[in-house]
Amino acid sequence: MFIEIKNLSKIYGKFLAVNKINFQIEKHKTIGLLGPNGCGKTTTIGMMLGLVSPTEGEILIENKNMNSFKRDEILKRFNFASPYVELPKKLTVKQNLEIYGRLYGIENLENRINEISSDLDIKSFFRRKTGELSSGQKNRVSLAKSLINKPEILLLDEPTASLDPDIGDFIRSYIQEYKMKNKITILLASHNMNEVERLCNSIIMMRSGKIIDSGTCNELIQKHGRNNLEETFLKLARSKDEF
Amino acid sequence: MNFSKIYALGLRHLYLIMNSFPRVLDLIYWPTVQIFLWGFISKFFTLNSEYYSNTVGVILTAAILYDFLFRASISFNMMFLEEIWSRNFTNLFIAPLKIREIIAALTLTAILRTLIGLIPAVLIAIPLFGVSVLKLGVPLVFLLLALYLFGITLGLLVTSGLLRYGPSFENIAWASLFFLAPLGCIYYPIEILPNLLQTIAKGLPLVHIFEEMRSILLNDTVNYLNILKSISISLVYFIIGVIIFYISYFGAKKRGTLINMGE
Repeated sequence: MFIEIKNLSKIYGKFLAVNKINFQIEKHKTIGLLGPNGCGKTTTIGMMLGLVSPTEGEILIENKNMNSFKRDEILKRFNFASPYVELPKKLTVKQNLEIYGRLYGIENLENRINEISSDLDIKSFFRRKTGELSSGQKNRVSLAKSLINKPEILLLDEPTASLDPDIGDFIRSYIQEYKMKNKITILLASHNMNEVERLCNSIIMMRSGKIIDSGTCNELIQKHGRNNLEETFLKLARSKDEF
Repeated sequence: MNFSKIYALGLRHLYLIMNSFPRVLDLIYWPTVQIFLWGFISKFFTLNSEYYSNTVGVILTAAILYDFLFRASISFNMMFLEEIWSRNFTNLFIAPLKIREIIAALTLTAILRTLIGLIPAVLIAIPLFGVSVLKLGVPLVFLLLALYLFGITLGLLVTSGLLRYGPSFENIAWASLFFLAPLGCIYYPIEILPNLLQTIAKGLPLVHIFEEMRSILLNDTVNYLNILKSISISLVYFIIGVIIFYISYFGAKKRGTLINMGE
């Protein structure tokens, strides 16, 4: 198994944010991480990125505990994008990509920046300061940064939140196309059920720090007798004691 | 240590300065105001104080050296705060960087910000007040080294506080240096302090640095042992600062503050 989360827990003081979760991610698959706000998705992502230390349990990458890797060695295989995390606003788009390209030790950086900028259609505002861009433009730049190192593992936290349908669709189409062309494993946290249905091979449902169900979209829809993933999500999110 | 990554982080701050003229102006403005203020005070004391008679420039040189310490510390803090303000903190801490590379980058880049601010002020002092810090000669290099190490240490302690308590610790960043200034004996000899405070002050490198500065300017004598002492004390504090930064980093990982920093 490529990524294995074993018995992972996180307790902040007396608050149990993540409660002994277990899941696996196969190589080159896209897994959706769903659940209501505060269910532990961000903490789980934080632990996978090494930003939060687990209280209990372990994260295995290719059967090796993540902590046994050197910090810089493991992190160069990862990347992350979220609309809640921004790039320096006073730097131009190109400067930001250059800085992160250098931090990730990218060879032929100029070519990589050109390639990713053409793909994401951000060249037209290359010389503008990142803080002056619209939400849609910022999201595309943030995605470009997250792909600059051609990560093996990409973590996306609501990549299309607060975007208009057109830009949202552009981002989703791009991710879909990118994962077909590149060997990449994606963990996608999202509240957009269409996005999850379109991009994910399987999903994990979380509530109150626990995994309450998992499977493919169709499996879950059928299992819970609903018409679509949105209705399934609502049922799982609202049924307090069933699981 | 990967120097190209350290360079990349330095470049991030260089671009920030280059992209904004008001930012450059802000860096230059405060040290220059300080020089004018202390220049006139210095001139007044020189003319009216027995202690400072015939010793033009002692106070102004002290002000310049203290400002160097202040700028080094503030530069370190500011660069760290910039990452929080721009909500870039998470991106930085998930980049394949070692913590010591982040510290090294901030330490090395702080000198750039410090010099941008201070060089114009130092140059202004020469024609305007007839004072040049270069009069300190070769020992100046070592005094600046001791000051820089201590300034960076204060920066490390403040950023450790930011990691531990989040952006609310920001105000401490501004207050940190003023807290130590009275004990630093920047403008007066250590004998002025009460006995208890003298003991505490001797544990700081500032006392030894500024005593030595006065000794060079007033008596024309250099005590390299004293300078070495000040560098050694600064180095010890710097190592302690680095250790505290690491402790705060691991503490922040435990508390989960790294993931919401700046939100």
